[in-house]
Amino acid sequence: MATKNYGGVSVDVNDEGYMTDSSQWTKKVASGIATDEGVVLTDKHFEVIDFIRTKVADGATLTIRGINKSGVVNAKEFYQMFPGAPLKKSTKIAGVPKPESCI
Amino acid sequence: MKKLLILGAGTAGTMMANKMRKHLARDAWEITIVDQFKTHYYQPGFLFIPFGMYNRNDVIKPKSDFFPVGVNVIYSKIDKIQAKESNVILEDGVVLKYDYLIVATGCKTAPEEVDGLNGELWYKDIFDFYTIEGAVALANYFKTWKGGELIINISELPYKCPVAPLEFAFFADAFFTERGMRDKVNITYVTPMSGAFTKPRATKMLGELLEQKNINLVPDFAIMEVNNEEKKIMDYGGTEVKFDCLVSVPPNLGDEVMERSGLGDDMNYVPTDKHTLQSTAHENIFVIGDASNIPTSKAGSVAHFAAEILEENLMCAIEGRPFTGSFDGHANCYIETGYGKGTLIDFNYDTEPLPGSFPFPGLGPFGLLKVSRMNHYGKVLFRWIYWHILLKGKEMPIDSEMQMAGKKL
Ligand SMILES: Cc1cc2nc3c(=O)[nH]c(=O)nc-3n(C[C@H](O)[C@H](O)[C@H](O)COP(=O)(O)OP(=O)(O)OC[C@H]3O[C@@H](n4cnc5c(N)ncnc54)[C@H](O)[C@@H]3O)c2cc1C
Repeated sequence: MATKNYGGVSVDVNDEGYMTDSSQWTKKVASGIATDEGVVLTDKHFEVIDFIRTKVADGATLTIRGINKSGVVNAKEFYQMFPGAPLKKSTKIAGVPKPESCI
Repeated sequence: MKKLLILGAGTAGTMMANKMRKHLARDAWEITIVDQFKTHYYQPGFLFIPFGMYNRNDVIKPKSDFFPVGVNVIYSKIDKIQAKESNVILEDGVVLKYDYLIVATGCKTAPEEVDGLNGELWYKDIFDFYTIEGAVALANYFKTWKGGELIINISELPYKCPVAPLEFAFFADAFFTERGMRDKVNITYVTPMSGAFTKPRATKMLGELLEQKNINLVPDFAIMEVNNEEKKIMDYGGTEVKFDCLVSVPPNLGDEVMERSGLGDDMNYVPTDKHTLQSTAHENIFVIGDASNIPTSKAGSVAHFAAEILEENLMCAIEGRPFTGSFDGHANCYIETGYGKGTLIDFNYDTEPLPGSFPFPGLGPFGLLKVSRMNHYGKVLFRWIYWHILLKGKEMPIDSEMQMAGKKL
């Protein structure tokens, strides 16, 4: 298993760079990952990240539909905040596993 | 009398009625099945209709042909499940009590969930092929279509039969080639996934097939709206794709019964234990088929494999034993690739589709992740098997549990 260093904190990550131990996550770590992803975090970002961490801790699956209904942001804003692949980016920054799309 | 109630008489509900009637003594257990429609649709056949290979009559039979003797059948819309009271309320207010409930209400398309999808151009230049109406309308449209941009778009995951839109793309390529107008039809596959499929090896193989057949791929496209005036689809990220004919797989949702009953997730799927098939909220409710939220394909083959597990576990529950059946998410899908050929994928919760042979290691006759004529016959045969063996809940010579023998890692 690889480790990465964000602002002096060392965290365990998988080969795609997703944290494998969510408890190692701090806001500082989040900012570090965000920088790698080309995202500058605002308070709004942290509200979204908070929602994602809570959802995942509850065992829920993350979907764009779920985010859109979250009351925190709508889907369009979500795409603007995490451009490109918002679910993949936001989960990486939130220190939770990449959402598996199962079909 | 004890009561087993089955909601939905589609693929899964019909199989369960047949299976359970054999196990439960007629003088001790009453079995009732409820569905809103009298016609059974062979949904896998919808794919063939737009290309004139099947017509309406090839895919319908009366549901009553498939129920065993000794099962009460009620044709009515279901209004609500009152899980705490173990009651189901029908549209006309009739209350049905149950000791055990099997939810098999499937899922259905919801075009109204995407802005503009069922707008002005719906069934004029925009179609679905997941309903009989859509498939038939598209067949008529293709008869005189002059060509242009043919866009195939999946709105959102999950949707039933995840390979069906790919098969549609392959069939379209063959269809317009055979009509001598492939040069006038530009086919583009627009998907919310990052490639042709989700798992690495199948994605690679199916992606290569798209390329060979000159079908463009637009991945990671999460549809926001359909613009009917400018005939384009737009995603949240700002990507736009123009169409002359749009073939859409609209969002697939569970039935509104779940919303009214407080039993569904945000897409009206019922949270279900993926191994035992028991509802995570209520001990005397079991869920099978497209209605559940288990993380595997929504397909008839999956419902078939799951039915064997549910049969076992329901008997455990009824006889007060711990569950012995554990579902592995087994899915087995024939994929038509056009020109009388097909490919096949076989997978479960933990194992992605792998190359090899099926069902007999080394012998086949079907080839996994390979294009062959035999695999196409597998799909053709599936319709016969579906009507004559599957729905009646008879044994098939295929294990419900996925087998590693015959697969190459
Ligand atoms: C185009 C297409 C191609 C496909 N190809 C394949 C394939 O090649 N292989 C494969 O394995 N699978 C395929 N499938 C998928 C397969 O058809 C489904 O997965 C399967 O039918 C699911 O069975 P089910 O019993 O869960 O749902 P269904 O068969 O859809 O049955 C649900 C039933 O519940 C009833 N119902 C729902 N709500 C209510 C209510 N409120 N009141 C009363 N009744 C209600 C409905 O009327 C319906 O009869 C395909 C599907 C489509 C659309």
